[in-house]
Formats: sequence, C-alpha cells, structure tokens
Amino acid sequence: MNQTPINLLEIKDLKKTFSISGGLFSRRLTLTALEDINFTIRKGETLGIVGESGCGKSTLGRCILQLLAPDEGQVLWLGQDLTRLPAEEMRMRRQDLQIIFQDPLASLNPRMTVGEIIADPLRALRPELNKDERRARVLKIMEAVGLLPEMINRYPHEFSGGQAQRIGIARALITEPKLIVCDEPVSALDVSIQAQILNLLAELKDEFGLTLIFISHNLSVVRHVSDRILVLYLGRIVELATGDEIYEDPKHPYTRALLTAVPIPDPKLARLRNIDALKGEIPSPINPPSGCTFRTRCRFAKPYCAEKRPPLERIEDDRLVACHRWREIEVPVEAVLGA
Amino acid sequence: MKQVLKVEDMSVTFELHQSEVQAVREMNFTLSEGETLAVVGESGSGKSQAFLAIMGLLAKNGRAGGRAMMGDINLIGMPPRQLDTHRGKDIAMIFQDPMTSLNPTLKVRTQLAEVLVKHRDYDQQKATMAAIEMLERVGIPEPVKRANAYPHELSGGMRQRVMIAMALLCQPKILIADEPTTALDVTVQAQMLDLFKTLTEDFGTSLVLITHDLGVVAGVADRMMVMYGGRAVEKGTVDDLFYDPRHPYTLGLLHSTPHIAKRAARLDPIQGLPPSLEHLPKGCSFNPRCAFAFDRCLVERPPLTDTGNGREKACFYEGPMAYGKVA
Ligand SMILES: Nc1ncnc2c1ncn2[C@@H]1O[C@H](COP(=O)(O)OP(=O)(O)OP(=O)(O)O)[C@@H](O)[C@H]1O
Ligand SMILES: Nc1ncnc2c1ncn2[C@@H]1O[C@H](COP(=O)(O)OP(=O)(O)OP(=O)(O)O)[C@@H](O)[C@H]1O
Ligand code: SF4
Ligand SMILES: [Mg+2]
Ligand SMILES: [Mg+2]
Repeated sequence: MNQTPINLLEIKDLKKTFSISGGLFSRRLTLTALEDINFTIRKGETLGIVGESGCGKSTLGRCILQLLAPDEGQVLWLGQDLTRLPAEEMRMRRQDLQIIFQDPLASLNPRMTVGEIIADPLRALRPELNKDERRARVLKIMEAVGLLPEMINRYPHEFSGGQAQRIGIARALITEPKLIVCDEPVSALDVSIQAQILNLLAELKDEFGLTLIFISHNLSVVRHVSDRILVLYLGRIVELATGDEIYEDPKHPYTRALLTAVPIPDPKLARLRNIDALKGEIPSPINPPSGCTFRTRCRFAKPYCAEKRPPLERIEDDRLVACHRWREIEVPVEAVLGA
Repeated sequence: MKQVLKVEDMSVTFELHQSEVQAVREMNFTLSEGETLAVVGESGSGKSQAFLAIMGLLAKNGRAGGRAMMGDINLIGMPPRQLDTHRGKDIAMIFQDPMTSLNPTLKVRTQLAEVLVKHRDYDQQKATMAAIEMLERVGIPEPVKRANAYPHELSGGMRQRVMIAMALLCQPKILIADEPTTALDVTVQAQMLDLFKTLTEDFGTSLVLITHDLGVVAGVADRMMVMYGGRAVEKGTVDDLFYDPRHPYTLGLLHSTPHIAKRAARLDPIQGLPPSLEHLPKGCSFNPRCAFAFDRCLVERPPLTDTGNGREKACFYEGPMAYGKVA
C-alpha cells in the first residue's frame, strides 16, 4: 500500500438542485440537494458516506453513476468526465459502475427468475455472449455470493430479504464492475443477516478488487466497512477523513455530535457515556441557514458563523473539514465514545 | 420491587386458510415497577404479536391464550369494552410509525385532550392545558403553537414525541414501545431514548422496549428477553446477557452487531436464516444455526430453565462458548 494511490474517481464542484412545487398557488422552489462537493475515490478503497436523512447521500451516489444529471460540476472517471459522455459511451461505462439498493425485494423484477435478473445487465452490455456463456457466468457469480445453483429458476418472492440482497449483489457483480455504490445495502436486514452480507461484501471486494462507495445512516456499520468516511450535512461535505481519524479525533462539531449519538452495544460504556445530544432538527434544504449551515444546531457557533460560509479546508494531507472553529475546539475521544 | 405485569404461559395463534401458525409460545415474564425490559430478536420472532396480544390488538385471525395479569385482572381474553377502560389509562402501546396512533384529520391538541376527557373526566379546558404541558414535557419546542398543528405538519421526530406525549397523558403504569426509534436518525433517536429514561425515572413508568438494535438495549434497558421462533430463549439483566451470554443465539446476536469503538476485520455472524414458524426445526428451534448443537438438541426441545441469579435460558449446552473466528 505504499504506492501512490490511483484516483479512480474525482468529483469536482458538484451541484444538484431539484425544483419542487411550493403549493397550489406559489412559484416553484429550488431545493439544493448537493453543493460544493469535491473529493476523490481511490482504487480499492471503501468510502463511507454518512449523514442524517435527506442530507443528500443517495443523490450523491446517483449523480456519480449518472443516474441523475448534476446541475454543475464534473465526475471524472480515470480523468474522463462522465457528465459529458455521449449516451452510447456512458452505456458502455456502466459495466464499470454498478449500484446495490436498500430494499432488496423491491429492486428486483418480480416476473423474472433469479437467473434472468442476474443476467440482465449482460444482455445490454455484453451482447456478444451467447445463452450458455451467460448462464455459466450467472452460476459462477451465484456461487460467489452464496446462492445455490438450483435457485436459478426461482422467483424473487420466494426469497428472504438477505437472499434477495445476495441476488442484488450478484446482479451488480455480473458485469465485473470496478466500482459499486452500495446505497444502504443492509439497512432493511436483520442483524445476523446484515453481518453475513457485510462479510460477503468484504470478501467480494478482496476477490474482485472492487472499489466501494458505502452509503448508510448507521455509523457503526460504516465504521466497520470503510477506509475513509465522508460526512454530509444539508448537501455539503463537512468532514472527510480516514475511519480511525473520524472516530478517534473528529474535527467537525457535527461529526462529534453524530458519534456521541450512536448507540453502543455495551451497557457499561453506554451508561458512562455523556451524550452531547444535538438540539433541534435539520433545517429545510429549501431555505438553509446563512453562513455555516450547521450553526443552528452547533454548540460552538459564534456570530461570525452566520456571516461567512466555512470553506472546505484541507487540514492535513488527507483530511478535509468545513468549520471556522475546528482549530479551537478540543473534545477528547472519551467524551465521544465513552471508552 | 412491585410487579406491575405478570405474563403466564401466553401464546398467540393465527388461523390460516388450511392450517394455523403459532407466533408466540409458552411465554412467561414479569415486569416490575419503573423497570425497562428490552425484548429483542430477529424479524418474525414474535416480539410485536406478543404485546399486541396483551393489548387486545391482534388481527382478526389471531387469538391469544394464557394470562397477562395486571394486578388481579387478566388482560388476555378480556372483552374489548372492558379492555378499553384500561388501554391508554393503565397500559399504553406506541409504534414505529406515529401515524398508526395519530388521527391525521384532528389537530394535535384535540386528540390529546380527547384522551383525558375520556379516561380522566377532565373538562375540555383543563384537558387542553394538561395536553400542552405534556407536549412541553416530552421536549416539543413552542408547545402551544405545535398543539394547533395537524400531525402531517410536524417532522417525523416531532410526531414521535406527540405520540409519546399522548401515550403518557394518563400516566400509564406500563408503556410498550414497539421499535419506537427504528425509523429515526441517530441524533433524534438519542433524544428519544434520553426522553424514555427521564420518563421512567420521573413517572415510575415500566417500559417494554421492543427492538432489534442491541445498541439501543444497552443504553436504556435494565433487563432483557431474547426471542427466537416465537419463544423466549434467554432472560436476565442487560449486563449478564451482554457480558456473559449463555444462549448461543444471544451470543450470535452480539457477535453480529458492529461496535463503533471496536473495529474487527470481519463480523462473526450467525449462519443461515431464521426459521419459518410453520416449519420449526425439531428439537431446539435454533439447532440448524447453532455452533454448539449436539445430539440431544436435534431431538428434544430445551425448556426455558432457571439457572440462578434471576437468569433463565432454553439451551442444553453447558460448556464454554468461544465463538467463531473473532471472539
Ligand atoms: N426527485 C427529487 N425531487 C425533489 N427533491 C428530491 C428528489 N430526490 C431527493 N430530493 C431531496 O433532496 C435531498 C437529498 O435527498 P437524498 O435522498 O439524497 O437524501 P439521503 O441522504 O439519501 O436520505 P435518506 O437517508 O433518507 O435516504 C432531500 O431533501 C430530498 O427531499
Ligand atoms: N394476521 C396474521 N396472520 C398470520 N400470521 C401472522 C399474522 N400477523 C403476524 N403473523 C406472523 O407472526 C409472526 C410473528 O410476527 P411479529 O410481528 O410478532 O414479529 P416481530 O418479532 O415483531 O418481527 P419484526 O422485527 O419484523 O417486527 C410472523 O411470522 C408473522 O408472519
Ligand atoms: S440447545 Fe443446542 S442447538 Fe439449541 S442453542 Fe443450545 S446448544 Fe444450540
Ligand atoms: Mg438515501
Ligand atoms: Mg415487530
């Protein structure tokens, strides 16, 4: 791991807005789902994306895959801007970029057999393969994700949530992608099944040399799988650092608050812990606060935080944080994790 | 400590087209005054149905057996009219989706006041005052203003608080919370759990917390009951079960749960899938997934047995339980 890492993906100044109805007689309103998004993804890493509901995690994943067109900015895949790629070329690129969704059953076509579902991406992307070749690949992938060969002719409704997620993973893997966006892939599953799928993803990542973007609102799960973690708040990056840095020495007050709120499955630690509960709720993305958008819930906020937006600063080689006061705020790790 | 609920040999059965299925079997437990009992287990293990049965809220095709004694009255099999005099007043239940409890067409103040008018014979004005006070109590900012809102005008976290306020209005002795924070962000979840803690302390309410999240359990519960395939398989204090689990399923759940402060290379999950209630394995229901199963487990069902110090487990295995790769 001493070589300079290859940047697989580079996101530059990405912005995405939605136009939404403001009610019966009012004008349409603009909701800014993502703004000033800048970061890179390295070959072979798992990048976790966390933040509260509505902060833009799924929108970011979809903009990266060009399932949504960003308003501004670039998504550079090995230097090539995907946002400007002609449709036909983008279609071919899709082999490299796949997605796994949260609701395993809902994301599978109920009228197709497991075999057809998994083979589906091949029809469009690898039309040169004949039926037998497709079937051989499907069986190989099914084995890799822990599905039995005899399941190939069965329909999705015959499967449990965990098995359905294995089908979703197999479908994503069949084109031999380089990058997979996993959007809450285990959130709908029971803990024992969740753990099985997390282990499976880790094994497949090693086996196929995958790069993963792992979106989840569960910080314990993200901590478990990620090399680096990106924290979003109201559509903006507030912090980006390695998993250890985020959990041992968070710099942004929002990251800290999130961490203290994570339930810890350890009664003694949980009792000792001093939860620095965030007051209030997320402001509306239609009318975000001026300056630092976190200031309305931040216990370190000063008057100037309302005036100027904190830039996303590179504070170390590999760490980004957007807070005017990150240098002045010291909160010991124990206060965060109670450890 | 004073017992507020004693459940004995309770069962829940659902009528299907040709057959029936037992969702809860041989359930026994007690709930003491002011304590928080967590009920954990995977999807379909019978957590919700057990407590819906106690509340008399089973679906039409369901029926409950056994006893759920609140003092000397048995809630199981009680006619609905009579149950209505206890529901909301002595025992209340809240759900993951607040809209199952709230009426979307009524202002918050109206529906909250209604409860007090019905159960406490308050007049409208006194009831409204008490409702607003309770909204403030559960941490709703500007309660007078919020009381005039309709449920859909409030955020998810706020609706959850309104639902809790409504459940607490009559200061029930028992509050059953079924996955109350599962749909919430961690930040709001932390606020809600904190609220539960203060409420049990201040009102002496006994809380049953149904959840699949062991993190939530560790933070708020005193005792826990682990369910598998419709049965309780282990019971004890939270500390006993977390630090010294005796049932392989409890151990497996703990090893499947990622811990934010302890990063392991791989989790150590329970293999296989939860059983179907219609085809429960012979012997111990957990045996196909159990790393410690031996001959006896395949033929005989382990009963829930007192193992001393207020602990109970339903498992034949008595040896050490080092588990899988990570332990
Ligand atoms: N198609 C759309 N039209 C209008 N607004 C949208 C659309 N998709 C997303 N949004 C809004 O954009 C913001 C970001 O949404 P997004 O789904 O990316 O959040 P998220 O972080 O994935 O949340 P969750 O954790 O709930 O999945 C939200 O305010 C959402 O309401
Ligand atoms: N009306 C019904 N008819 C038949 N079976 C039912 C009915 N309602 C519930 N069941 C079954 O009872 C079993 C127990 O369900 P229950 O809702 O108690 O599970 P749970 O432990 O609360 O799970 P979850 O974590 O998913 O909420 C399930 O297998 C379910 O399918
Ligand atoms: S009784 Fe046997 S199969 Fe069941 S949990 Fe104990 S050891 Fe495992
Ligand atoms: Mg999302
Ligand atoms: Mg349930």
